[in-house]
Amino acid sequence: MPEVDKENVIDQEEVLRPKMVSVEIAGKTYQVPEGITVIKALWYTGQEVIRGAGCLGGFCGACATYYRTKDDPKVKTCLACQTAVQDGMSFSMVPPFPARKATYQMAELKDPKQDLFTLYPEAPLCRNCNACTEACPQTIDVREGVWRAVFGDFKAVSEMFMDCVMCGLCVPVCIADIAPNLVALYASRAQGVHFTDKPQRLFHRIKEIEEGRYAEEWDRVLHMNEQQLKEACAELK
Amino acid sequence: MEIHQLQQIVHKTRDARRTQTLPKYSPAERDTLIKKYHPDFRENAYRAIKFGPNKGESTVRELATLLEGDSPVPADVDLTPAHTVDVLVVGGGGAGCAASLHAHSQGARVLLATKLRLGDSNTVMAQGGIQVAITNEDSPIQHFLDTLKGGHMKNDHQLLKVMVEEGPSIAKWLLDLGVLFDRDADGNLHVKKGGGSSKPRLLTCSDYTGLEIMRVLKDEVLNQKIQLMEFSAAVELLSDGNGVCTGAVLQDLDNKRFVVVAAKTVILATGGIGRLHIQGFPTSNHYGATGDGLAMAYRMGAKLLQIDTFQYHPSGAVFPEQLIGALVTEGIRSEGGHLVNAKGERFVNELDTRDVVSSSIIRECEEGRGIRTMSGRIGVWLDTPLLEVEQGPGTLEKHFPAMVRQYKRYGIDIAKDPVLIYPTLHYQNGGVQIDVDSESGVRNLFVAGETSGGLHGRNRLMGNSLLDLMVFGKRAGLTAAARAASMKQGKLTLEHVKRFREDARKHGVSSDITSPMLFPAYAKKEG
Repeated sequence: MPEVDKENVIDQEEVLRPKMVSVEIAGKTYQVPEGITVIKALWYTGQEVIRGAGCLGGFCGACATYYRTKDDPKVKTCLACQTAVQDGMSFSMVPPFPARKATYQMAELKDPKQDLFTLYPEAPLCRNCNACTEACPQTIDVREGVWRAVFGDFKAVSEMFMDCVMCGLCVPVCIADIAPNLVALYASRAQGVHFTDKPQRLFHRIKEIEEGRYAEEWDRVLHMNEQQLKEACAELK
Repeated sequence: MEIHQLQQIVHKTRDARRTQTLPKYSPAERDTLIKKYHPDFRENAYRAIKFGPNKGESTVRELATLLEGDSPVPADVDLTPAHTVDVLVVGGGGAGCAASLHAHSQGARVLLATKLRLGDSNTVMAQGGIQVAITNEDSPIQHFLDTLKGGHMKNDHQLLKVMVEEGPSIAKWLLDLGVLFDRDADGNLHVKKGGGSSKPRLLTCSDYTGLEIMRVLKDEVLNQKIQLMEFSAAVELLSDGNGVCTGAVLQDLDNKRFVVVAAKTVILATGGIGRLHIQGFPTSNHYGATGDGLAMAYRMGAKLLQIDTFQYHPSGAVFPEQLIGALVTEGIRSEGGHLVNAKGERFVNELDTRDVVSSSIIRECEEGRGIRTMSGRIGVWLDTPLLEVEQGPGTLEKHFPAMVRQYKRYGIDIAKDPVLIYPTLHYQNGGVQIDVDSESGVRNLFVAGETSGGLHGRNRLMGNSLLDLMVFGKRAGLTAAARAASMKQGKLTLEHVKRFREDARKHGVSSDITSPMLFPAYAKKEG
């Protein structure tokens, strides 16, 4: 190891001598190293995971999990790939929930804000229990989002739910049988399709390409030899 | 040493670094750097492939083993089809969904089979954005040249022209589906500058571009009622006995049964190879990125291209342990974040191409200017607090909410403290050779997205992958649907498997490895 290096080592006692902790996975007790992620704890205990593993980076929502920490009665939710285990933790992965997704031809909707009530008639029946917000591992104010959708503020919904990984943890807790993530997805897409500015510069570029604005330049570039291309590339700043 | 103590040097040197500009390397310097430090040039990690279409060519050992692997399907399996369709799409990520939607739009009967859930893919994780040349200062030609330069001039010119030229219409297609790209005040699409690009050209949805696109495409696949089979992995292709693709054998992962699909055309959109952990690298890839399409196409006789080159994304997390391999978005560097070694120095222009930046990080670490962790990892600092200093408090939360959240879970505030990073295995630059309609060398076998090769040369530019998926997913879908409309279903045989097995025997390969791999073996076998 080079000299300077010896000083530049981050203290991580936990890595050198992993402390084993006791966790309960779907009702069985196991010893696993403290601090590994919930999904790694499953692998560590020899379990093959197919349903329940996806991007492993906190974006896909495949690994939705219920967990409870030692002596705390509160059952919480998390993404298994993004949560570290601790002593006394109990957890189970959440099975797929048979939520109803409405189907629609988004571009053909005439009045998407009104159509929400036909597609998701349960949406305005929210009873304000706030369980969805508490269940969200992305800390989105889900309940607020549902109301915003109902009141037609699709723009706010689309901004609030940009973080939504569609894990569906907000769905089974809803006493009004709303699937808030699906309602939000509908509202966000409607916002994009029906209530957003048409980007003129993009349309202009499409037209230019269609009209062959670049044909000559393409001809020139595609007939360059390797050396000429290299020179053209070198000129780019 | 305590981590905060080690981070002090980054804080102390920040002001001095702010006034400093680092020139990009000259072509000759880049070349020397890459050859010396890039993992693509570690000879002992490579070996020649023993037989098949790429016989004698070199690739990483992990992939060579898979390509030479045996089919999991026994020769006497019953080939009575359970499903008969026009277009079978294998893979439920960006390319697979785009292909399915376009094929469906032409009236084709489409079956989308995916081994995990619809949308579980690398696409969903793409944070950087999608490159489309739309500004007045920019053009498809400049996009072409930037990509060529990034790819070390080894890109297929025809594929590349198609991609850059169809970029704007693809952006419109996504907008028409409801994808919410970031906007400027005048309603135009906001563009950001990406590493290796001469002009700002990245369309983004904050740092959730891939997630937003994937959410919308998934929803649309369901709206269009396209037949969907989740947890159904393709494990073998079918041929008519004369080298034409006629379908595939799937395996239902819930009951392990084989499901035979007769399909006039097949589109492989199975993604990349990160989970092979080439050369022991951690990866940013999703759980199913095991190169399934490469193995299946190879057995069928499709030629692969540039499978000796992989992309190691410069900024994979090294600390804390839970995040090892996870991506720290390139956006941080695009917005001016510095890379800083243990001596508090910058050592590369942070906006150079990924291969150059990765190589320079490896150089710093190998020459003793890295920061080590006790689990044996090493890395350099990425100065995230700098963005708050330059652009005001709250900048990170506003522009990089996903990253802020990712670290906050482990008690790390990236607005206050720099993060430790090291290259992570990110992308397969090469893949199955295709033509401009996304068809492989095997008739009626189409390949789209990361599984295909040629477009990106030896190094893909940031933001070109999402575009690649959408453009060639579309082309594959449209061509496959048109082809299917004018032909009859061919017969279903495993002749190509028989030939492959004979070939293996002839070359003395008696591997007990079967491929595709489907999933990495992470479950511990013994207590």
